[in-house]
Amino acid sequence: MNIATFASKRFLVPVVLVLIVVLLATAPLYTALGTIPLMTTILMYIILAVSWTMFSGPTGYISLASAAFFGCGIYASALLFERGAALLPLPAVIVMGGLAASCFAIIVGLATLRLRGIYFTMFSFGLLELARRLFQYYEFYVTGVRGRYVGNVDGNTVYYIMLAILVATLLTVYFIRRSRLGLAMQGIGKNEEAAAHMGVNTTKVKVLTFALSAFFMGATGAIVATRWLYVDPTIAFNLNYSFLPLLMAIVGGVGQPYGPVVGGFAFAYLRHVLQSKTPYYFMLVFGAIMVLVILFLPGGLASLIERGRHRLGGLMSKLWKGDQAEQHADT
Amino acid sequence: MIGFIPKIIFNGILTGGIYALVAMGFTLQYGVARVLNLAHGEFIMFAAFSTLSLYVLFGINPLLSLAIVALGFWIIGFLLHSTLFRKLLKSSPSLGAFESSSLLAAFGLLFVIQATAKIIWPGLPWRVTFLAYPIRILGVQVMANQVVALSFAIGIALAFYFFLMRTRMGKAIRAAAEDRATAGFMGINTDRVLALCFGLGAALAGFAGVLYSMCYSVSTNMGMNYTLIAMIVVVLGGLGSVPGAFIGGLILGIISEILNWTQPLFAMPAFYVIFIILLLVRPTGIMGKS
Repeated sequence: MNIATFASKRFLVPVVLVLIVVLLATAPLYTALGTIPLMTTILMYIILAVSWTMFSGPTGYISLASAAFFGCGIYASALLFERGAALLPLPAVIVMGGLAASCFAIIVGLATLRLRGIYFTMFSFGLLELARRLFQYYEFYVTGVRGRYVGNVDGNTVYYIMLAILVATLLTVYFIRRSRLGLAMQGIGKNEEAAAHMGVNTTKVKVLTFALSAFFMGATGAIVATRWLYVDPTIAFNLNYSFLPLLMAIVGGVGQPYGPVVGGFAFAYLRHVLQSKTPYYFMLVFGAIMVLVILFLPGGLASLIERGRHRLGGLMSKLWKGDQAEQHADT
Repeated sequence: MIGFIPKIIFNGILTGGIYALVAMGFTLQYGVARVLNLAHGEFIMFAAFSTLSLYVLFGINPLLSLAIVALGFWIIGFLLHSTLFRKLLKSSPSLGAFESSSLLAAFGLLFVIQATAKIIWPGLPWRVTFLAYPIRILGVQVMANQVVALSFAIGIALAFYFFLMRTRMGKAIRAAAEDRATAGFMGINTDRVLALCFGLGAALAGFAGVLYSMCYSVSTNMGMNYTLIAMIVVVLGGLGSVPGAFIGGLILGIISEILNWTQPLFAMPAFYVIFIILLLVRPTGIMGKS
């Protein structure tokens, strides 16, 4: 085995990925105080960006409903806590949060995913408002409470659960890309009518992946709720969580599976560094970056990385060949 | 209760008049330029704040700012289209691809405009008092500024409709909306027409914002709400139809006023239910062609 095979994508990528996960998983042991909450937030943004891309990336249906699913998870979690103690084991609460969001996505998806792209976007945009008002109505007239206290969960546990959700999300993305489902989704994105003619049950594919992406958003919401401690419909259903996943995914690039990860990380980290000083300038700059990316870099940051990698690969193989030629000359 | 009915109807028409202007701009930008402008509400918010600043800093009458702001917004819209959206249109493989990418670009603009407004006008909702005294019309007591705003809203909407229907430029716009390629073959400079339309959409948002600031208090977060309302109205009236937007705006204004009177918490969900039913039953709207 020579270096070229070893350095090839097939071996290198899984090894690096496993290393990263191990590093992240052991992070609470050696990082400074205050790093873990920050990392938890970064992971949350990455999950939202990745799960948004899971559905909207290949199909091209731009969803603005992320916050509705995220909020469903938050609220499911809030309802499953009573006087600061979880009614179910914590992992079950997370799964319930995900399932609540999935069920919501299935109902909504069955009704609206027949709609043409632009109508779907408009519809999903209003969904958040509807969900928030429904919960407000429920709390106001049925339960008579303004908001709810969620139990406190140890920060490291929250971090580990967040990491586990991220790994599960990325694995799902990976397996969808390699499956018939992934191909069907790409077909829908390229030409929906042609895909339907070729025997793809387009509504089923769309609703299924919509529900899958909602599951991860809901699960994230369920764990985030335990950090926020207090939740009411206005806090749970915040428009920002519809907008930011899209922003992060587009800036990162939806063509490559790691695009939204890059976008989510860049956004969340820069937000942490800049927001306390200049919150509005930060949003101004990020909005401008998004416009510029759409104009000049349709593949997002990921396409820059790909370009760099190709150039590096070319350079490496040139060096390698040069080395071989020298050896030949010697013998 | 009966005595409230004329007041509800008047307030409904006032709200509806502003909704109509909002939706006409939105529908024009989508119908002709094919940009689903998610930042439309932010344009309205920005116009409302500009009016307040002009009034507070320079003492410029809001009715005069109507012209200043609309002209400024028209220029901004024209430039936005001829730089950003035209380039996107040229580089998009299909109209569907352009609709997605322009939507995303508009989304980026939303952040830029909102953040700019929050930097310039930080803090709580603002309010200006302009013609804030009651007058009586047909036995109903209303605020003078509301009457002025309503008459301007209807006047602007009618003038705009006649511009579209009766002038040469309006004809070119309608031709470009119908079939852009053929309109191009007929000697219409479609690039210019599209930019003009996007500018007109922005100018209509400007009008709506100025009239809004005359009657209500404004906040930097109000934009999103108006984008949502514009969407509901244009789906009600038919996406791309200008008369549909006008009629849809008035209908929604009256519905919203009735709901605000009886069940304020239900106003937005009710809009939304209307929206869902319309999308599922008749996505082309009341005035749209199927």
